[in-house]
Amino acid sequence: MHTWTNIKAIMKRELGGYFTSPVAYVFLVIFLLLTGFFTFTVGNFFERGEASLVSFFTWHPWLYLFLVPAAGMRLWSEERRLGTIELLLTMPVTPWQAIVGKFLASWLFMILALVLTFPVWITVNWLGSPDNGVIIAGYVGSALLAGAYLAISCMTSAMTRNQVISFIVSVMVCLFLILAGYTPVTDLLVRWANPVFVQTIAAFSVMTHFDSFQRGVIDLRDVVFFVAVMGFALFTTGVVIRGHRAG
Amino acid sequence: MIKVEHLVKTFGTKRAVDDISFSVEPGEVLGFLGPNGAGKSTTMRVVTGFYPPTSGRVTVGGFDVVEEPIAAKRLIGYLPENAPGYADMTVHGFLSFAAELRGLAGDSKKKAIYKAVETCMLEGVLYQTIDTLSKGYKHRTCLAQSIIHDPGILVLDEPTDGLDPNQKHEVRALIKRMGERKAIIFSTHILEEVEAACSRVIIIDRGKIVANGTPAELKARSELAGAVRISTRSASAAALNEKLTPFAKRTEVLSEGAGGVAMRIYPVAGHSRDAEFAASIVELAQRENWKLDEIHIEEGRLDEVFRSITLPDTIKRAA
Repeated sequence: MHTWTNIKAIMKRELGGYFTSPVAYVFLVIFLLLTGFFTFTVGNFFERGEASLVSFFTWHPWLYLFLVPAAGMRLWSEERRLGTIELLLTMPVTPWQAIVGKFLASWLFMILALVLTFPVWITVNWLGSPDNGVIIAGYVGSALLAGAYLAISCMTSAMTRNQVISFIVSVMVCLFLILAGYTPVTDLLVRWANPVFVQTIAAFSVMTHFDSFQRGVIDLRDVVFFVAVMGFALFTTGVVIRGHRAG
Repeated sequence: MIKVEHLVKTFGTKRAVDDISFSVEPGEVLGFLGPNGAGKSTTMRVVTGFYPPTSGRVTVGGFDVVEEPIAAKRLIGYLPENAPGYADMTVHGFLSFAAELRGLAGDSKKKAIYKAVETCMLEGVLYQTIDTLSKGYKHRTCLAQSIIHDPGILVLDEPTDGLDPNQKHEVRALIKRMGERKAIIFSTHILEEVEAACSRVIIIDRGKIVANGTPAELKARSELAGAVRISTRSASAAALNEKLTPFAKRTEVLSEGAGGVAMRIYPVAGHSRDAEFAASIVELAQRENWKLDEIHIEEGRLDEVFRSITLPDTIKRAA
């Protein structure tokens, strides 16, 4: 009955929290500068001579590796540091409403950052005629990727009241999810490990699942993968929070 | 309204709360006293549903805090220890957030915020962010949050901590006023506060209830309670002592000098009626022709009772 009102109130507060401090503006500016830099300079957008955003999306898993944990590290550790978690959880709100509300707020924030990259899309459409379906699939994949990383940041943030520790741990977890399926790494592993084993590990990687979005394919299995990562990480967040209270 | 039965809460091997039972009804203000680390905050956190109990049962307005946490939490207003608040929010934003989580919206939300702001005197800082507030305002902001939905039950963990004497007085008066129809639990270290605002006192030490009664009952446990203090210029301390000894358990000379003698006389055990004891001393004074400048029946002091109950035996002997 009150579920959605509660989630909305928590979401609104959390989102407001980004914008009342300089965090949001610093984050957005850095995100946009870096996406621009990687797309045009490192990704050789112009030299490629093709009307696509491949050079834009390729860098997202790496860019998010540092930026998403930075956006998510405060979610729960700040509550614990300030002691407001005691207020929040003694309100007539279930823990999972609080978890979902906070997660959705940070995800919306990341999606906003992603939307603000629209000049890249305008540029590529102005210079040539790209397949906009592929680009949309790329954006969907990128948003799901950010969501998965954010859920992991949520989890590590619930584990500690120290934001720095929260940041480092979530970077490590996300890095593992990248490297497990990163071609240079899997190529190396295949030399001495069972290929089936390597493939199984690679199936847990965000790279494997993000790739098909870049090619313009929205495969249900990939969507399920990202949603499952989010669900698992948020569930673990709930367990961690309950653990603190049970003593 | 609040019923705590055989509550136990352990952290690892430490029993923070060890088999506590009590209840609070509307119209009652229950003062929670105890040294630091006695288990006051832990008990309050279990009552408000923040910590699940290790064993025992807590019901709030008939709802079990473990079985039906949301229904129970709806009835409670809670001021946690140290009055936490979201540092980057304004006072108004914070209260608005609290009101929304309490299910208030639109006009009723506006009215609730207005009323809480008025009660806690926050008009001047309404649009300041919480991290710029002084400790007193921060505390009152969190207090406002706890009463925004006009709850039937208030749990206040050290509500006057960090306030200046005027603010302390106001908050005490507020608690007393609200206590006329709400069930209130509040914890404090300040003993005078208990006398000023509570209808009942529980003293907790090392996780257990060691005293439970009205402030007057507890004060009566004091050795001082019922003692008579006199001062006179018409006799020496030695003379007074000689005549008074048959009446008293012991006498204590408080001062002796040009201003006369001031003396405290403790009644013999069993002499419970204070007035009677005082009358017998007055009678004696008339017989002996002492001119009494002052005669006063001591009330007993809570701090003395508190110390005698909560100090570990070893320290008590040394002191």
